[in-house]
Amino acid sequence: MATLFHGVGAALTPFSASNKLLLPSPKSESRGAIFLHRSDARVNHAFNLKPATPNQDLFIPNAVATKRETSTKSGHELLLFEALREGLEEEMERDPRVCVMGEDVGHYGGSYKVTKGLAEKYGDLRVLDTPIAENSFTGMGIGAAMTGLRPIVEGMNMGFLLLAFNQISNNCGMLHYTSGGQFTIPIVIRGPGGVGRQLGAEHSQRLESYFQSIPGIQMVACSTPYNAKGLMKAAIRSENPVILFEHVLLYNLKERIPDEEYVLSLEEAEMVRPGEHVTILTYSRMRYHVMQAAKTLVNKGYDPEVIDIRSLKPFDLYTIGCSVKKTHRVLIVEECMRTGGIGASLTAAITENFHDYLDAPIVCLSSQDVPTPYAGTLEEWTVVQPAQIVTAVEQLCQ
Amino acid sequence: MSFSATNFAQPRPVPVGVRSNEKPLSSDASRFRFRGPPSFLGSPHSLRFKPIPPFKLAIPHSQRSAASSVTHIANGKMVKSSANLLITKEEGLELYEDMILGRFFEDMCAQMYYRGKMFGFVHLYNGQEAVSTGFFKLLKKEDTVVSTYRDHVHALSKGVPARAVMSELFGKATGCCRGQGGSMHMFSKEHNVIGGFAFIGEGIPVATGAAFSSKYRREVLKEAGADQVTLAFFGDGTCNNGQFYECLNMAALWKLPIIFVVENNLWAIGMSHLRATSDPEIWKKGPAFGMPGVHVDGMDVLKVREVAKEAIERARRGDGPTLVECETYRFRGHSLADPDELRDPAEKARYAARDPISALKKYLFENKLASEQELKSIEKKIDEVLDDAVEYSDESPLPPRSQLLENVFADPKGFGIGPDGKYRCEDPKFTQGTAHV
Repeated sequence: MATLFHGVGAALTPFSASNKLLLPSPKSESRGAIFLHRSDARVNHAFNLKPATPNQDLFIPNAVATKRETSTKSGHELLLFEALREGLEEEMERDPRVCVMGEDVGHYGGSYKVTKGLAEKYGDLRVLDTPIAENSFTGMGIGAAMTGLRPIVEGMNMGFLLLAFNQISNNCGMLHYTSGGQFTIPIVIRGPGGVGRQLGAEHSQRLESYFQSIPGIQMVACSTPYNAKGLMKAAIRSENPVILFEHVLLYNLKERIPDEEYVLSLEEAEMVRPGEHVTILTYSRMRYHVMQAAKTLVNKGYDPEVIDIRSLKPFDLYTIGCSVKKTHRVLIVEECMRTGGIGASLTAAITENFHDYLDAPIVCLSSQDVPTPYAGTLEEWTVVQPAQIVTAVEQLCQ
Repeated sequence: MSFSATNFAQPRPVPVGVRSNEKPLSSDASRFRFRGPPSFLGSPHSLRFKPIPPFKLAIPHSQRSAASSVTHIANGKMVKSSANLLITKEEGLELYEDMILGRFFEDMCAQMYYRGKMFGFVHLYNGQEAVSTGFFKLLKKEDTVVSTYRDHVHALSKGVPARAVMSELFGKATGCCRGQGGSMHMFSKEHNVIGGFAFIGEGIPVATGAAFSSKYRREVLKEAGADQVTLAFFGDGTCNNGQFYECLNMAALWKLPIIFVVENNLWAIGMSHLRATSDPEIWKKGPAFGMPGVHVDGMDVLKVREVAKEAIERARRGDGPTLVECETYRFRGHSLADPDELRDPAEKARYAARDPISALKKYLFENKLASEQELKSIEKKIDEVLDDAVEYSDESPLPPRSQLLENVFADPKGFGIGPDGKYRCEDPKFTQGTAHV
């Protein structure tokens, strides 16, 4: 799996020009037993995946970068929601101040089973079932964070956090600043969002675009079990307020992740598939649509570079920049609405910083500015589909 | 259960120093008609509450009241029974000094505002000092306080130095929030003042969270002595806001060590409480959620103090929250920008006659707890403190440009990675405040 490849290979060990992957030894870049895995981007300069023959002649059967055999059959397989739970549990074990609050997180185990079993293990106060009062229990989480705890607030659906917007914008983002730095708010606000399977307009919202202007918060979106666990742990350990966006349709993704403890960087993007022709920036569920499109593209002779931006605020302009400088063409594929979405901000940021490196205008594929319809066919047309991605790349690369 | 509605059957206690046959308080007293005896005794879960002995409070003996009052008012003079005075001399002077500090500080603020030393929205607390002083002087340093935009005096009463508050108002770098918060955002980690909130109701969930922290410390982290209490102050307008009710529910549900203090000054800018609220008696909303609701005369610091003592002890014991409605009045407008034309001058005059500072002064004199000289020397001391605060603030530097980006994130890596591969906070321009973020 590309993600495993990225994760395992991304420690700061130098890579030889050959395609052999050097695995990180346990002694490298570790604090205790933890790896801080940094993005591939830095390493890519030395690590050149370009094959000897011209791209057009090379038929790459696997759209993702070639799977490397790990030297040991270590790691364990799990689903994304289990990876989130594992990350959460490890952090709760590590620090007794970490607590969870949200609707149905305790006895019910979480609507998406992310907190299953935790209430039995840690008690009803540490995994707190709240009444249906998003604004207030998010504010309660903020107050608890200011007075020394490290709460994780779960929104049953990200859309419900619109009710908590007051607290998230006014308090979560601002209080560290307005208090002159006296109070930190190490809160994690997480929940599933995005367009699901005919959930209807209100349950299919993408709040990352609404929250992105709030100063003082960080936003990350997970997309694989590997980065879900890593980002969950990083978010909990961060002193900043972090909003972790999960996706309703990705909870049952399965992947093999390392047994060793690891924490990912909140500010870095993830190189999913290095390439030469075009940079495709995406995150969350659209990553899979992109990868599906990438298979088609590769068969047609294109070599897209796919980056999962992961950090929605702030953008990792280094990884993105290196890629733009290499390919000179950018396609953004996102699930946000066209107007004011993450893609819109990203387009502005890339244009501002890397305009000279672009051979073509940035293309941004977003969802339609439409409340998500219930009907399956209509819902499909509001979201970007792989065929559209293929077409866009073809047009971009002309 | 001393805080149940029935023990305070008459929600119109007569204040100290005023004749008992004085017409009750609000201008629309007729609308304050009491709706007959409540049909329940506080919470329906009365078994949950430990019976608390009826406490002594200086209210007129009411036929319905089960509490035995220590003092009663006859012909305008306090008549003491064999029980002791409510306060000692030291306590009396402490209360007086705190109220004078609040009053003089706010007056100085007004002066400074009109001289152009501070800007924006400034909300002054004149007239409400009894609430602040009545509660705060019973708190420990570790107890947490959450306030609203009318927070200068709350910060001062909690112990934040006048210099720090004044500099903050002037927007100087030496302010308690480095000049970044302003009038409506007074914070102090040392004194556990966690705001200072500009939107009403916003601070109540934060206070609930602080109380939750305290309970968590005690029950999950098993910290010894984790009995910190949280006080949330807010006004009558906030009591129509959803966050208030949501937090009453959660606090009662989990028996959080919090006290919800309503400073009912009858006006939300220009909106009379009676025009905005279907049932204006806010204390009744406590029992609806399963916590005691108390109404107290917020112009009388001793009464507030007695109620506060009980409520704080209750919370500290782990018996849960209390809703205290303090009937009070602000002598000035809502803010310094408010022309205050809507309020009836007769109403203002009536409350001015019940000035809490005058009332306490009278009590101290009548009970021979202090002399005129002692009180004057306190006032002089406070004058000096304030002059020093103003001078200090005047001379303090304004925040430099380098401060602009410093406190946005606790971990400045949150600004992300720039195009050059380095974290933006590593950019030397970051510390100058000119970095591109």
